[in-house]
Amino acid sequence: MSIAGLFEHPLGRLGLDSLPFWKMLEHPTRSDIVNGIIATGAASVVVLGALGLIVVLTRYRLWRVLWSEWLTSPDHKKIGIMYVVIAFVMLARALIEAGLMRAQQAYGLGGGFLSPDHFAQLFSTHGTIMIFFMAMPFLTGVINYVMPLQIGARDVSFPVLNSVSLGLTAAGAALVMVSLVLGKFSTGGWFGYPPYTEATFSPGVGPDYWIWALTLGSLGSTFTGINFAVTVYKERAPGMKLMRMPLFTWTALCTSILMIFAMPPLTVATAQLALDRYLGFHYFTNALGGNMMHFANLFWLFGHPEVYILILPAFGVYSEVISTFSGKVLYGYRSLVMATMTIAILSFTVWLHHFFTMGQSANINAVFGIASMLIGIPTGVKIYDWMLTMFRGRVRFTVPMVYSIGFILLFVLGGMSGILLANPTVDYQVHNTVFLVAHFHNMAVPGLLFGMIAAYHFWFPKAFGFRLNERWGLVAALCWIFGFMLAFFPLYVLGLMGLPRRTVAYTEPSYVPLEWVAFLGALLILTALASLLWQLWVSIKQRDENRVFAGDPWDGRSLEWSNSAPPPEYNFAVIPEVKGRDAFTMSKEGGTAYQRPDTYQDIELPKNSALGPVIAALGFALAFGLVWHIWWMVILSFLAAVAALILRGFARNTTRIVTAHEVRQQHLRWIDAVATATAIARADENKPANEGLAQHASDGVVP
Amino acid sequence: MTIAWGRWGVLCAVLLLAACASDTHLTFLNPQGPVADAQRWHFYVVLGVMAVLVAGPIFLLLPFFAWRYRYGNNTSRYTPNWEFSKVLEIMAWGGPIVIVAVLAFFVWRDTHKLDPYKPLVSGQAPLRVQVIGYDWKWLFIYPDQGVASIGIMAMPAGRPVSLQITSATVMQSFFIPALGSQMYAMGGMVTQLNLQADKPGRSLGENTMYNGNGFHQQQFTAQAMTPAGFAAWIGKVRADGIPLDAHILQLVSQRATRSDLIAALPGTRSMGSNVYFRRTSAALFPAVVKATRDGERALPPAAFTPAATVPSVAPSMMEHK
Repeated sequence: MSIAGLFEHPLGRLGLDSLPFWKMLEHPTRSDIVNGIIATGAASVVVLGALGLIVVLTRYRLWRVLWSEWLTSPDHKKIGIMYVVIAFVMLARALIEAGLMRAQQAYGLGGGFLSPDHFAQLFSTHGTIMIFFMAMPFLTGVINYVMPLQIGARDVSFPVLNSVSLGLTAAGAALVMVSLVLGKFSTGGWFGYPPYTEATFSPGVGPDYWIWALTLGSLGSTFTGINFAVTVYKERAPGMKLMRMPLFTWTALCTSILMIFAMPPLTVATAQLALDRYLGFHYFTNALGGNMMHFANLFWLFGHPEVYILILPAFGVYSEVISTFSGKVLYGYRSLVMATMTIAILSFTVWLHHFFTMGQSANINAVFGIASMLIGIPTGVKIYDWMLTMFRGRVRFTVPMVYSIGFILLFVLGGMSGILLANPTVDYQVHNTVFLVAHFHNMAVPGLLFGMIAAYHFWFPKAFGFRLNERWGLVAALCWIFGFMLAFFPLYVLGLMGLPRRTVAYTEPSYVPLEWVAFLGALLILTALASLLWQLWVSIKQRDENRVFAGDPWDGRSLEWSNSAPPPEYNFAVIPEVKGRDAFTMSKEGGTAYQRPDTYQDIELPKNSALGPVIAALGFALAFGLVWHIWWMVILSFLAAVAALILRGFARNTTRIVTAHEVRQQHLRWIDAVATATAIARADENKPANEGLAQHASDGVVP
Repeated sequence: MTIAWGRWGVLCAVLLLAACASDTHLTFLNPQGPVADAQRWHFYVVLGVMAVLVAGPIFLLLPFFAWRYRYGNNTSRYTPNWEFSKVLEIMAWGGPIVIVAVLAFFVWRDTHKLDPYKPLVSGQAPLRVQVIGYDWKWLFIYPDQGVASIGIMAMPAGRPVSLQITSATVMQSFFIPALGSQMYAMGGMVTQLNLQADKPGRSLGENTMYNGNGFHQQQFTAQAMTPAGFAAWIGKVRADGIPLDAHILQLVSQRATRSDLIAALPGTRSMGSNVYFRRTSAALFPAVVKATRDGERALPPAAFTPAATVPSVAPSMMEHK
């Protein structure tokens, strides 16, 4: 291609017909109008939302704050919070899509209101977003915030890389959002099996959006995995031996190891598919030596460990929450660590269960069926150990605890359906039906999502210095739990009645009542989302009554509770010396918490870096150019990204000093506040009296 | 426990209602053949084992623990530093290990017994049917009878049916829930499936692997008939069907639903919602497999010549992957 050729089509494949309302104007049929209005409405939300954000930032002169305090910050706590913000935005979009799909299926007897193409984009974006741009950012954000605090570190090992990972994830999420406004997303589902996603069968931009969004997200996650694993290995405070780490940190470590090994197969698979689509290769085509099974292999070699990447951090959260709110040491710590590691290893040995029905021999199917059931063993151990943690405890039914109890009961049912699916004999019957959809939602919603929302409630006071409203939290939790049951239990039955997944419409009248129950469940879940938003609003308004500056609102057990809320940017004025498990509980019981050290030292912190947001912008431009074949944009943004990385390599002055004097001042301000705060009993945990200081057994009371 | 049982109770009630309301059999819980029947029992055994041994104890104990050891109940024991019991830990690991070991026995036995590639035990030779997945319809070829159909797969009750499955387009999954296992159809490759219907009746047939706009309409009727009825059906197709030549196959392979195909095909008006073909060649199926694998657009003439000798599909393409 000549240089002039690059500019021949400056907008590539972009045209007026890429706009969501164009088809409706050209062919004003009833179906096109309905679908056009829905798509245009969604696009308007994206555009108006972005415009509104720009107006607010300008009106309140927040651009500089956003840039210097947030976007360029290498602070793991701020990066963690930004990850969680992305996760909530994407959660909102994907839940609305879910509600739309449930509405379509409720009306789906013989038609419904959505076109098959529109419906297919909905289930593809819903899945892609929920996995890659809701679940992954959420757990990455929570680990980012909590893990360095739990091990007594000042930051992660590679703070700027952390910011770059966030940038790549944000760019991927932005690409999925832009697909609402320009062009169409893939219709190939979240796993995008070829040859359907090959250019022969899906010539549009859809699969390209999917490929490049996943590529950005998976690169970000690979870097994150490396960053977290190195942090756990190298940054632990003195005395924080591996077998003294809080269980959440253990699960963070296992998840990071899984990310390092599981994300590359995905990056390779999508890259190969891109070569097929862009350059006419034949990796996964029907003909000329291509084999779609290779994609299925690579994808699930990523995909099955991925589900444990998602679930393990949630298991860690439940371990912390159940122990804290039962007022009791975690039962069977060693066992739980072993179970976590066992799950991490077994997760690489089961991926063939995704193709029991592709003509594998009975020997292979039986072996991988049994291997899949083996994961039930360590998972069962975890459930028993959590129950034994509650046994002879003092269980407080706070919001995170309600999620945890709901999780255990529902997760057991999901585990049962999982064991059923692990039986090839049964899988031959329910594979690809909505029974499967019910199963993995039963694992993902009560498992992962409840865990993440519990984490949000649990650590929010630490991050922002005030507690979330308990009553609205409870409303949201109950709506989630019962909404989930209504939305997904009917799908088990519908799957047994032969309803395939991804069906826009059906002709069997007996499906209708259960589809309606599921739709009501979806509405209840949307109510749960609204309650969460309302809770945040109410909590911000009432923040002054609910401050917990002293930093320990729940009588916490691990180091993240041993400093102020929010913590200083360097986390600990003096790096703690760890003497055992549940380090903070030990120091509270030993009377060594809240020390005034004799001397303070200068603390070296990484300077802000623009590399993260720059890579985010260039990564987005590169991916957008690739999607739309805007070759000049591809070349320029690629060169600019390489240049930015090289330039960063020359940066030498990358740290700054917080002086001992500043550290001393901040620390004393907090210690003085602790000294004047009233220690409360657990009964007053959710009252304004809770300033973040807990009564303890050493105070001569039973807390 | 009560929740678990209540849920499955509701399930069974609804399924029974559904089964009564429709004359098309939808589910393996109302099986129409030996494979689905065996799958149903396997399903119930696994479900029963887990409901009693896994869900039962947890559904009883967890609410009990949560209530008994609630904050504010000062009559229960409180042991804040108790963290391990060897006996309980052996039970926590041992229980799941025993349950999985028991289930693994069933998995091994039944996965081999119900291997879809394994011919069914029967006194009668199986009926051979070759299935080609198109977007968005299934083409059923009866190589020994020289006929083919779209929209209906007819079969004699009581006689095993041996299917060879491929796709002329993207991945699909061939599935008749009330008769038995589903099996993927993939371009350039052949998979196998063995089924049998025990009595005459209609069962739902479908594709479960999303393949585009017409996906949800890619259904068919699996019609089990008496042997005499099946012979009559073959005779009727031979009499009324249209010849399956290169032009007609070109129309069949368009990305369109069955009803769009019927509108485009000449001579199908009397066939209702199905399409029947006569004088089909036994060479058609292997030719489609080869052409899809090699990326050839046109099939050799032998694929449409009914008198051609009957080459079977090369064994290498049919083996287990």
